[in-house]
Formats: sequence, structure tokens, C-alpha cells
Amino acid sequence: MSLRSTVRALPTLFRVGFAEMVAYRAEMLVWVLATTMPLIMLALWSAVAHDAPVGRFDQADFVAYFLACFIVRQLTGAWLAWQLSFEVRTGTLAMRLLRPLHPMVSYAVENLAAIPLRMVVAFPVAVIALLLTGASRLPHDPVVWVVFLVSLAGGWLITFLANAAIGTLALWTGSSVKLMDVWLALYMVFSGYLIPVELFPPALRGAIEVLPFRYQIGFPVELLTRGVHRGEALRLLLAQWAWVGLFLLAVRAIWRRGLERFAAYGG
Amino acid sequence: MSGIGRYWRLFRVQVRSSVLLGLQYRADFVLDGVVSLFWTLTALVPLFTVFHLRQSVAGWTFEEALLVTGWFTLLEAILEGAINPSLTAVVEHIRKGTLDFVLLKPADAQFLVSTARFEPWRSTNVVTALVLWIVAFVRMGRLPSAWGSAAAVLLLLTATALLYSLWILTVSAAFYVVKIDNLTNLFNSIFDAARWPVEVFRGVMRWVFTFIIPLALMTTFPAQAMLGRLPLTALAWSVVGAGVFGWLARRVWLSSIAHYTSASS
Repeated sequence: MSLRSTVRALPTLFRVGFAEMVAYRAEMLVWVLATTMPLIMLALWSAVAHDAPVGRFDQADFVAYFLACFIVRQLTGAWLAWQLSFEVRTGTLAMRLLRPLHPMVSYAVENLAAIPLRMVVAFPVAVIALLLTGASRLPHDPVVWVVFLVSLAGGWLITFLANAAIGTLALWTGSSVKLMDVWLALYMVFSGYLIPVELFPPALRGAIEVLPFRYQIGFPVELLTRGVHRGEALRLLLAQWAWVGLFLLAVRAIWRRGLERFAAYGG
Repeated sequence: MSGIGRYWRLFRVQVRSSVLLGLQYRADFVLDGVVSLFWTLTALVPLFTVFHLRQSVAGWTFEEALLVTGWFTLLEAILEGAINPSLTAVVEHIRKGTLDFVLLKPADAQFLVSTARFEPWRSTNVVTALVLWIVAFVRMGRLPSAWGSAAAVLLLLTATALLYSLWILTVSAAFYVVKIDNLTNLFNSIFDAARWPVEVFRGVMRWVFTFIIPLALMTTFPAQAMLGRLPLTALAWSVVGAGVFGWLARRVWLSSIAHYTSASS
């Protein structure tokens, strides 16, 4: 399981994952279409801002914000918790353990392989967003653009690792889908996915800054639409990657302990 | 008449068997209840935030919008407890090819699959819905109008019929797409829009949510009825609409069944 052989396997794994996505493209499209939440929230918040802007948000700001939300959600999605829960229950995880490759690497590549197809959907939405709201909200500072790209990677990593941590708990409980539901509910509310973080009461905003959820989706979206300046962007990026590191350590610890309990029933 | 009697007996048998099945998984009941309560409460956060910032949105005050959310929560409970379990089972049947056994039985297949499984213990949200309504009316300092409440009960029936018809239409798609767990997801995520009064949506979206996917008829209209401001014509149209959707779902179901070519054999 040397690093070199892992790296050599990556392109092939990615190709296999991508081919799988193309094979199930109809299913994939349904998943994308099911991302209606940003559009519902877009309609709601536009109605709220109909007569007067809310904070700094007028109707066009909400359009930009929630279309960006849709795009970022497409690019940072992961579904490992359900997959792990399923593979533990059916015992198919055993097959992955036999390969000379860490299962987390193969999961990560499979999840990443969905991104090219998701981009195909995200791109037209980006064009529509630009046509509707103009380019004036986009960051002017190239450093912020770099921070944005890194923050997308960070957002995906937090989503993936949180999925991995909760999914691995299935090794103890048999199924961790319910726990994932709780996580998802918190994520929806506190990530900026339903409500832009700025519109929360100040007391709550402090808590949101500390919690990981905002760094999954709200942070990249804000970089894209709010004109965050360089210093603040870098500070938030640091916080995001601190969470990435924390989750990485947690997944390592849980995975190692959990595998000792793995019985591969049914496999 | 004997036909109806026979189906009533079948219905009772089906309910009894699903209750017995459910009693085996008692621990799930508590966990499901807690998780769904948690979801409902977090789903209220946007409502609170919006009305914290504004007195009224699209002509709805906080209390009135709370009624809509109550109706949404009630229908969600019906969906979770009575509709989803059965129809998830159909999809399993289609995928595995075991639908053949259902089709061979000497009773209507749509009836059999629709009553195959009830999970009333998933319906803890019925209580949440009642609490939301009570809170809304107490805050308004009034009672629901008598005529309106009667209309609301009628609308509960039409809304359930609509929900069921939409579900049958979605499931009919499973005959073509097979992998349904994401179709369920698609249905739920569209149904999520019913959480808000339909006036929130503009233009095409409002039109779609009234006529194509009649979410307005399911949550906005009943809430308006409770407030005593639903026009009689809207009530009449809801009944007609539910009838039309029921008929359409039946036609689509029959033609999907005709297309079914058993997966395994």
C-alpha cells in the first residue's frame, strides 16, 4: 500500500468512477434536479426583499447568492455516509478491504468522479446567474479567486470527511443513516444554504463562525458574491482548513477502531 | 356491493399484517420520532428568520404562514406513515421482479400495492402539526371559522388524494427508470416547496405549483379555509382537481403496468 502505487492507481480509478457516472447518467440527472432547495429559497427571499432590501441584500443579490449556492452544492457533494452504511450492512466492504489500496482513497475518487458531470449542469446555471445579475459582484482581487478555488476543495473535503466519519459509525451501530439525517438538518440551517449567514441574529452568527457547516457551502458562496476582502478571506480559509484537519484526524481514529469490529456479515 | 365488502376485508388484513410487522421494530419508532421532530423544528428556522425581518411576506403574516407550515407537516406525516412505505415496497418489487406475484393475485394491483404497508408510528408529526395550528390561532387570538374548518376537513381529503395521485405518477416512472430511491428524493424536494404559501412564488413557478404540481391545493388552500378566506370557487376547483389527478394517476398506472416486463425472469 505504498504511496507510489496508490498515486499510480488514481487515474484508472477516476476513469472507472467516471464511466460509472456516465452509465447511470439518468439517475445522476434526477439527483441534480432534486437540488431544488436553493431555488425555493431564492423565490422565498426574493418575495421577502420585494418591497425593500433585507440588510445589504436586494432581489438581485438573493438571485446571485442562491444560484451560487446551487453551483457550490453541485461541486462539493458527497454521499459516502449512505454508501458506507450500505456496504457495512451488506458486507461488500470486505471486497474493498482486500484491495491493496486504502478504501477511503477509492471512495474519495468515486465521489470526485461525479464532479465533471455535475459541472455540465452547474455551468449553464453559472451563465444564467451572470446574465441575470451581472459580473459586478464577482471578486476583483485575483487572490480571492485563488482562495475561492481552494475553499471549494476545502468544502468538498469537509463534506466528504464528515460523511466518512458518520458512515464509519455504522461499524458500531449497523446503520448510521439516522445520524446522518441529524447532521444534514444542522447543515441545512447553519451552512448558509437556506439563509445567508449575515441574516442570522448576531448572537448566532458567532456560533456559526465556529461550526463547520458554513465552511461547506456558505463560505465559497460568500467569496463569490459578497466582495469579501483579502484579509478576511484568508482568515476564513484558515478556519476552514483547520476543520479539514480535525475531520481527517477524527476519520483516521474512528476508521481504525471500527475496522476491528467489522464482521462482513452476508458478504 | 360485495366487491366493496371484499376490498374492505382485504384492507383490514393488510393493515393488521403491517402493524404486526412494525411491532418487531419498536426501537425504531422512538428514534424515527425524535429524528423527524428534529427535522421539523430545524425546518422552522427559516420561517422564524424571515418573519423576524418582516411583518408580512407576500400578504401572509407569521401566524398565517405557520398554519401553512402546519398543513405541510400534517401532509408530510401522512406521506411518511401511509404512502411512502407502500410505494417504496412497489419499487422493490419492480426492481427484483417480484411484482409478478402481486399482479397474479385476484385483486386490483394498485389497491394491493397501495395498502401493502402502513407505518403509523412514523406519523409523530401529526402531533407537531396540531401544536403549530394551536400556537398560530392562540397568537392570533381567534378561533378558526366554523365553515372554514368544515372546508379544511374536505380539503384534507382532497390533499391526501392529490398527494397519493402524485406519488402514483412518480412510482409509475419506476417502471421505466427502475432505480427509484432518487425519485423519492426528487418528489420530496419538490414537495418541500409546499412549506410556503404559494403567493411567495411568482410567475411560472406559481402557475406550476397551482396547476401542474398542485402544491397550493394541498397546503395554501386549507390554511386559507381555516382563516375563512378561501373563495367557494377555489374549494370547488380543489375537489375537481383532485378528481382529475386521481383519474390521471389511474390511467398512467394502468399503462405502466401494461409496459411491465418482469425484471428477473
